[in-house]
Amino acid sequence: MTSRARLFRFARLLCALALLCAAAPFGRAAAQDAGAPDISAPLAQLTTNKYDDTEAALGALALSGSPAAAGIVTALAEGKLVFGGTPPRLFIQGEAGALLDPLTLQPVAEAPAVKPVRVNNRVRRAIDAANGALSLVSPDAGKRREAALAVGRSRDEAALPALEAALAKESDPKVKSAMNLARASILIGKEGITPAERIAAVELVGAEGNQDALAILRSVPDSAAPEVKQAAADAIAGIERNLALWGMAQNVWYGLSLGSVLLLAAIGLAITFGVMGVINMAHGEMVMLGAYTTFVVQEVIRTSYPGLFDVSLLIAIPLAFVFTGLIGVLIERTVIRFLYGRALETLLATWGISLILQQAIRTIFGPTNREVGAPSWMSGSFEIGQLAITSGRLWIIVFSLLVFFALLATLRLTRIGLEMRAVTQNRRMAASMGIRTNWVDAMTFGLGSGIAGMAGVALSQIDNVSPNLGQSYIIDSFLVVVFGGVGNLWGTLVGAMTLGVANKLLEPYAGAVLGKIALLVIVILFIQKRPRGLFALKGRSIEA
Amino acid sequence: MNTKGLAMTRPPALLGTSGIVFLIVLAVVAVLVPVLNLAVTPDSAVHVPTYVVSLLGKYLTYALLALSVDLIWGYVGILSLGQGAFFALGGYAMGMYLMRQIGTRGVYGDPVLPDFMVFLNWKELPWFWYGFDMFPFAALMVLLAPGLLALVFGWFAFRSRVTGVYLSIITQAMTFALLLAFFRNDMGFGGNNGLTDFKDILGFNIQADGTRLVLFVLSAVALGLGYVLCRFLVRSHFGKVLVAIRDAETRVRFTGYRAENYKLVAFVVSAMLAGIAGALYVPQVGIINPSEFSPANSIEIIVWVAVGGRGTLVGAALGAVLVNYAKTYFTSGILAPYWLFMLGGLFVAVTLFLPKGIVGTYYDWREKRRPHDDIPGAPIAAPGPAE
Amino acid sequence: MLNMFTHARRMAGRALVGAAALALAGGGVASAQETIKVGVLHSLSGTMAISETTLKDTVLFMVQEQNAAGGVLGKKLEAVVVDPASNWPLFAEKARELIAKEKVAVVFGCWTSVSRKSVLPVFKELNSILFYPVQYEGEESERNVFYTGAAPNQQAIPAVDYLMENEGVQRWVLAGTDYVYPRTTNKILEAYLKSKGVKSEDIMINYTPFGHSDWQTIVADIKKFGSAGKKTAVVSTINGDANVPFYKELGNQGIKATDIPVVAFSVGEEELAGIDTKPLVGHLAAWNYFQSVDVPENAAFIKKWQAFTKNDKRVTNDPMEATVIGFNMWVKAVEKAGTTDADKVIDALIGVTVPNLSGGFSAMMPNHHITKPVLIGEIKEDGQFDIVEQTPGLIVAEEWSPYLEGSKDLIADWRKPLSCGNFNVKTGKCGGAGQ
Repeated sequence: MTSRARLFRFARLLCALALLCAAAPFGRAAAQDAGAPDISAPLAQLTTNKYDDTEAALGALALSGSPAAAGIVTALAEGKLVFGGTPPRLFIQGEAGALLDPLTLQPVAEAPAVKPVRVNNRVRRAIDAANGALSLVSPDAGKRREAALAVGRSRDEAALPALEAALAKESDPKVKSAMNLARASILIGKEGITPAERIAAVELVGAEGNQDALAILRSVPDSAAPEVKQAAADAIAGIERNLALWGMAQNVWYGLSLGSVLLLAAIGLAITFGVMGVINMAHGEMVMLGAYTTFVVQEVIRTSYPGLFDVSLLIAIPLAFVFTGLIGVLIERTVIRFLYGRALETLLATWGISLILQQAIRTIFGPTNREVGAPSWMSGSFEIGQLAITSGRLWIIVFSLLVFFALLATLRLTRIGLEMRAVTQNRRMAASMGIRTNWVDAMTFGLGSGIAGMAGVALSQIDNVSPNLGQSYIIDSFLVVVFGGVGNLWGTLVGAMTLGVANKLLEPYAGAVLGKIALLVIVILFIQKRPRGLFALKGRSIEA
Repeated sequence: MNTKGLAMTRPPALLGTSGIVFLIVLAVVAVLVPVLNLAVTPDSAVHVPTYVVSLLGKYLTYALLALSVDLIWGYVGILSLGQGAFFALGGYAMGMYLMRQIGTRGVYGDPVLPDFMVFLNWKELPWFWYGFDMFPFAALMVLLAPGLLALVFGWFAFRSRVTGVYLSIITQAMTFALLLAFFRNDMGFGGNNGLTDFKDILGFNIQADGTRLVLFVLSAVALGLGYVLCRFLVRSHFGKVLVAIRDAETRVRFTGYRAENYKLVAFVVSAMLAGIAGALYVPQVGIINPSEFSPANSIEIIVWVAVGGRGTLVGAALGAVLVNYAKTYFTSGILAPYWLFMLGGLFVAVTLFLPKGIVGTYYDWREKRRPHDDIPGAPIAAPGPAE
Repeated sequence: MLNMFTHARRMAGRALVGAAALALAGGGVASAQETIKVGVLHSLSGTMAISETTLKDTVLFMVQEQNAAGGVLGKKLEAVVVDPASNWPLFAEKARELIAKEKVAVVFGCWTSVSRKSVLPVFKELNSILFYPVQYEGEESERNVFYTGAAPNQQAIPAVDYLMENEGVQRWVLAGTDYVYPRTTNKILEAYLKSKGVKSEDIMINYTPFGHSDWQTIVADIKKFGSAGKKTAVVSTINGDANVPFYKELGNQGIKATDIPVVAFSVGEEELAGIDTKPLVGHLAAWNYFQSVDVPENAAFIKKWQAFTKNDKRVTNDPMEATVIGFNMWVKAVEKAGTTDADKVIDALIGVTVPNLSGGFSAMMPNHHITKPVLIGEIKEDGQFDIVEQTPGLIVAEEWSPYLEGSKDLIADWRKPLSCGNFNVKTGKCGGAGQ
């Protein structure tokens, strides 16, 4: 609520400034009495509730210089701009649903039944353009720069005068270059400018060298002079060459990202299957339980502590680890421990467990997908050169490596890790040294399951949270572990990353399906060459 | 057959007691069901409706499939998580024949192209569909397609001594790759919709009760012959070597046997049996689609064998029928929402409490009760705990 | 020995008869006389449970409503629910069980095309009635099946028209799962777009495997394709589970609806309930019904539905509406025919008109498809749709697409004397090309 009030205050301030700085170029504004231009025509247009009219009204508002314009545009974007009564009047829906006059922002005396002004993609684009034009004169340099970028993206010719006026006053070099670029983007497609102007614009845009620039350059009108077209073609060719190289890097990045997902999915299995020799078909369901834990955590946060949403994943990670870990211990104690040494039979029992877990989740949470939101720090993307990196994927890579090294450290450096290795290498000897092998077994299985649960937290960010979640990862997980070499954590890391990158490098040539098939065949052939995987365990290996 | 190695003991009968019982039950079912279906009026209490006939026919093909798994898992120790692929290939070979039989009766009335090719604008029949309008060719492919795949795959895998879980995982990868491939519409196998809307088989209407009964009886005969073949194989010298490979492959190698060749033969025979099962399955259920390749299906087959009793042959067939009957029964009525709990629970319970499966446990019990005069199946040595 | 054989045989014989008797006797025998049975054939487990469970609930809801209103022909309705477990051969088996064993008068069921194809021969052989409530690829019209979902021209083509006219889209990405439905729809759309003057290089077609979850490369390709200087839109026939990761990737790569709008034919309220919709605002879907349709009939339906499911957040969606329409049509036809006899009901169904939930009426046409309005909606933040366009009238289904080579001469008309699902108007014969 307070943020809304702040927004309105800010909008008003912004508009006042807009008036001060931008009134001069807009001749029409000066004609009005109290300095406020007449915007009754666009306001009336907004009440027809037709997309064409709304779009036109937005254009008029953006250029009107009216102090109320920004507030109206913001209200429209938020669905708070409503109309009603006869003849229809426009209102802004304020706090607690009170109807405010769009110009004065004072509550109106009698409130008719109202409907919001409809918005579609086209109107939304017009809103972006109008907002851009309106905040080009914001006192905040960051906002001005964003506005310039928005105007550049919208390439709305109507915003050109405002942009040029703002450009003339701009002193911040960063903002200035953004505004110049925006201006060039608009000019490239504009009718009736000189070839020299257009070539200058082409060069400016071409220097950006990215995908957006390519789009803008391709819009040089056919009517343009041949030298302009030549300049545009050269710029396009240059960018494409450049982008092809970056494209390769981008594919490798995608591959690493896919690899990190595979690593997360497989790393718990590297413990339960790789170290303990349990063919754990319920591994995927552990991942699923982790994802559902995230859902429950977010649900509690949504209803009780909305402020904590951004840290919901951080809360979910330990909870998922503990919860799925406990389920793992429970499974180990009640089923798996009777099956040691009968590796192939663990397959059957865990398959049964996986069916039960799936159906249990389906009964409790319903068969449909559940919503798990992304915290703000995991949304969005940034660019390094022409490499687009999405924050979510980056965090997943970081997380998968953290989990990997934490697990490695646990096995290498802690007492329980030592005991786990001891029991795997020689159970009887370990037992006679006083290690409680039963307890270590339970802990090992719990650790593997808990890690799967943590993986589930991460995977909930990119995949369906549904009872079927686990099924889609189980085959890939086994392949990764076997490909890397059973019983070797480094093998799992290298295996996951290799398969991820190989998949993504194949995909552009073979397509998603054939790429995947080719990869499976390659893995099958590879296993023929090295029947124990990439990093075969030396010495006593798991003879199943 | 060379029985030198067994000279010390009395040569065991081709069929044990359980085998004879099994074949007799099978024969009785194969005779009784058609009789009760045709000769008894529908209101009679013992009438078997056609619905049950096609259901039982389906179970019998599953039983044959389970038998093929038991041959390699129970006697050679190859846990194939891709047996469903061979089943599906046999099914597709039969399905392609049935598709070609539709002729101009497809919805578009194209004399050559199956419907799905017409509406995807295919102009001519892909080369691999040639010949499938002839039954003998299709029948040959039912054996050859799975057989060749098993030969190539097994030749590579066994020569490189890929064993145990590694082998299981790559067989799973194989069936998964085939699933993806058959799923592609560009492959020319009808994509996800698969092959369906069959009309005739060898000129007989596929939906006629008579045809259904014949298919049912054929499935029973195939199961019976399959059983005798498997039994023959595992009783022979060849089978002894297989069991030896299962229990100690390295030692068998050191004794001078080419273990990989023995395994390969068993693997190919098993794949062909699965192919036959698939070919009998498709006309009875009326559809074949890539989901038959799904790794989950192959795991289920393993489960049937485990439930019935690994390494007993009879048990595999019994397990297939039992589990599938349970599936049919529990997926209707008030239990429908809970059937996965029961199925899952059954798998856990069987591995925990009946590690040798139903038939294996029965053998144990019988062993204890009386001195043996007939060696039942090949009992599986229970391995000690891992070290 | 001999003793044992006979014993075993006796046991086996008994088991067999027992099994058969059990199979025969399942279901409510006691009430068989007074009720009319309605079969429900939707997957409650496996991969399709995610979509189909709701439709099972819908039929149960309609049965309850109908019984409260006095049943049909003075008899109560009784729903028989089976679970085909997303397993296609099991669909055929269960269909046979419903018809032959349970003797249901009608079946409401199936979602995927393959499940429908799997049960088709069973319905034809046993001459029963199936109501199929999901939008599909068309290219089919069977005597025993009534299609209450949309054919491609009732969904895809109006959506493309909207994008062309309102958003000025000139470049098209047709992205789909490699199913027959996306394949056919994209074939139709490709032909349609070309007939509207769109060049081949402005159409990109992409297919992905079932359950595809890593969309990074494809979304990046779409972005690249969209940067050619012409307004670009994605027409998505991506199926089921693959949608969530697809939309999440769109959001991650910052593709907003104002840049490259995505119009989907398989994404409804139910699917959106599982996604954080904030980054998706403005992306579109084309259906024949949205929960947000603002008419009293719909408001009343939603209220009753939420009361029935005891969940005031339970959403409604298009296949539900199709199920409701189908159910009401069947009830009306049974009352018109005065019997549940399949042949009479099949004949009575043609021409039956019932209110739909978007304030109009839908009629069962002679091609066994129904008339429908087409609505285009934009995704809102709350997971509902903002209806931005509605076709002025009802659209009749083109079960045989005029844009496909093989089917352009075919029509379906199940009225006598034609009674044909694939009548070739060129040759004047029933049965496709009919050489």
